[in-house]
Amino acid sequence: MLRASFRKEGNAVWISHLDLMRVLQRAFRRAGIDLKHSQGFTPHPELSIALPMSVGISSDCELVDFTPAEGVELDPAEVPARLNPVLPAGLTVTDCWAEGRKLKHLVWLEARLTLVYDDGVPDGAAEAIQALLDRPELVVEKHGKKGPVEVDIRPMYRDVRLKREPDPAHPREDALTLTLVCAAQNPTLNPLLLPAAIERYAPEYRPDFTRCRRLRVLDAELEAFR
Amino acid sequence: MNAEIERRLERILPTVQKPARYVGGEYNQTVKDLAEVDTRVVFCFPDTYEIGMSNVGIRILYEAVNNMPGVWCERAFTPWGDMEEAMRANHIPLYALESHDPLADFDLIPISVGYEMSYTNILTMLDLAGIPLHASERKSLHNIVFAGGACTYNPEPLAEFFDFFSLGEGEESTVEIVNCYRSAKRAGLTKDEFLHEVAKIPGVYVPSFYEHRYNPDGTLAQIVPLHGAPAKVTKRIVQSLDAAVFPTKPIVPSTEIIHDRVNLEVMRGCIRGCRFCQAGYTYRPVRPRLPETLYRQAVDSLESSGDHEITLSSLSTSDYKFLEPLTDRMTDYCAARHIGLSVPSLRADNFSRDLMLKLQRVKKSGLTFAPEAGTQRLRDAINKNVTEEDILKTCEIAFSGGWNNVKLYFMLGLPTETDEDVLGIADLVFKILNTWKAHASNKKRGVRIHVATAFFVPKPFTGFQWEQQITPEEYLRRARLLKNSMFSKSVEYDYHDDRVSEMEAVFARGDRRLGPVIEAAWRRGAKLDGWLEYFDYDKWQAALRDCGIDPSFYTTRGFGLDEVLPWDTIDPGVRKDFLKRERERAYRSEITPDCRHGCAGCGANCLLEGGVCDA
Repeated sequence: MLRASFRKEGNAVWISHLDLMRVLQRAFRRAGIDLKHSQGFTPHPELSIALPMSVGISSDCELVDFTPAEGVELDPAEVPARLNPVLPAGLTVTDCWAEGRKLKHLVWLEARLTLVYDDGVPDGAAEAIQALLDRPELVVEKHGKKGPVEVDIRPMYRDVRLKREPDPAHPREDALTLTLVCAAQNPTLNPLLLPAAIERYAPEYRPDFTRCRRLRVLDAELEAFR
Repeated sequence: MNAEIERRLERILPTVQKPARYVGGEYNQTVKDLAEVDTRVVFCFPDTYEIGMSNVGIRILYEAVNNMPGVWCERAFTPWGDMEEAMRANHIPLYALESHDPLADFDLIPISVGYEMSYTNILTMLDLAGIPLHASERKSLHNIVFAGGACTYNPEPLAEFFDFFSLGEGEESTVEIVNCYRSAKRAGLTKDEFLHEVAKIPGVYVPSFYEHRYNPDGTLAQIVPLHGAPAKVTKRIVQSLDAAVFPTKPIVPSTEIIHDRVNLEVMRGCIRGCRFCQAGYTYRPVRPRLPETLYRQAVDSLESSGDHEITLSSLSTSDYKFLEPLTDRMTDYCAARHIGLSVPSLRADNFSRDLMLKLQRVKKSGLTFAPEAGTQRLRDAINKNVTEEDILKTCEIAFSGGWNNVKLYFMLGLPTETDEDVLGIADLVFKILNTWKAHASNKKRGVRIHVATAFFVPKPFTGFQWEQQITPEEYLRRARLLKNSMFSKSVEYDYHDDRVSEMEAVFARGDRRLGPVIEAAWRRGAKLDGWLEYFDYDKWQAALRDCGIDPSFYTTRGFGLDEVLPWDTIDPGVRKDFLKRERERAYRSEITPDCRHGCAGCGANCLLEGGVCDA
């Protein structure tokens, strides 16, 4: 099994998790990398993407695991250069290596939220939001399978930092940049629940729009996960 | 990328279903440097991205136009209702997927119209783009809106919305049209002067050059060509499919579409001549591609797209003369690479065990056959030259080869159909079930027989173009009769919506008086009418009432054999006297042999240089 990390940004952020599998399966074919196929009625190339992500979120640290077909000699170092020319715009493989750690050790995700205020960041917004997110408990409404449920998301994130600073891709916007470390799985925290919490508890600081980017994947000790 | 549209899109895309279909950026899309582009074209498809990107015609023409230096061709599709609403609320005009520039920025706006129930989507797209709906309101050379596709064989209901129609195959004529436009733009012609120039291109029909006059009883009295326009406009064909442009670097959608695979067109036209089938008549003459060309195109397309499935398409692929040598080579290539090979539109009378085995080397897909009618008498009347023995033999081969899933398509309401013919469908299905019992290789897995019936819609340029459609009530009675005659749990039956098919029939043979009906229905909110979740019969009924139109004039009335037909200006190659002969033979339940067993003299051969078909 090999593992590659890739960026997902620009218009590629609208590709859903399932569609991304198709996109990557086809890209491997175009790159001439034959993957191991599943057995059965409709054989398909085996490939798995860690931590499914909602559409609209960009990422610097997506992971895909794949297994070359039997007899295929593949130097992982070559993989980015072979895949990148055949990927649609917005997807870029940054690295590839063998023997990745077990995914259960992927515990935390570092993420960045850009809170965009069309009429300028309100005075005191950064302080108020910081104070809100540092409360000992933060209950939000989550849409579960059985309808809306109230969940305390406070244990699912840490290290919140806020700065009045625009998104690097949109330097002219007036925005707050919020970085945090959030739970990657069991259960995962959708970082977009944070603006929902702001709307509920501090509606005067509700951003007009929130952009989200995954920055790094981390293990339980907050070390980089590979 | 258009920055303002980009900024607004970012905010609405998280709120709509399947946003990937609205952003473009797919692998193999064409992006050109605007500094080197003098003419911008946006190919529009009046249905969703998933349907439009599955259309081979659009892909071919995208390639043909983008092969022209200085011309950039982009794409636009109809947004789903949630996206349309969000776009309107946020003042986002309809934009092209490649550049995200608004459609109003484009010179030429060709729209591919293949289905009557997509007519309102044309208005949605123009309106979302801020482009006036009627040709007469578009005064300048900017935003020339024209159409091609199957529905343009009777374009009259759409006449007021389009500047002109491009009839038949567009590989060459579209390039000629674009060049004509470029010269007109350079020479500073008015729109009217341009229309006179473009009308000189064979296959181009300018509806405003014709006046339609009606009799007091509502039938057409006369079609008068104006400004020296020709009495007939003949559709275009390409002489050699091997030389014709074919996209071997197909766009690879980043989201799943309906036909999510390489689509290789093995031939054009059909040798059969089923009397209800518009495509069977209008795609004539039959022209095959050579297997060498196809194999090369297949390999190039598969390698460039990375697709893991390829389909050999045509109106009747098992009639493709070189099917065996082609599938021999293709299966070897495909099996070695886990690529599925599928052959749709198989006929029950020439299905072979060999072909079946080849097709299941990688992936076993379902089997679909279209006997169309339940009795031999009616199958003869519609010229579907398939016998019960053929069907049962084919099923026997399939069941003994391990298939346990068969789909069967029929039509209800065909001319001369009686209850005996309807019950004949149930009888045939019962025999197929017995064939499975006798020959199944593995009975434990059970069998699924899926039966579907469509409501017969008489179409222009068919042997049945004059026929009456039965009423929706009568269609439903026949459907229930059939449903109550099939008892097995292994048989699943569903039938097409009666009301959609009724509306389809109105517009298929409609005239210019229906343009206002389309607009009225659209203004009442009709949209995406091909989708049952949107189709709203009441809106259409109200629109017909608004315009004082009785739909039965176009459906159950039937057209007189000597009546002037709205589509009489158009010449698809096949002659009217031939169609009349086919109609007479139908009433005598007399078959017409396929093109390989003797030329029936349809007239389409006249479109070929040399005048001889290679059926």
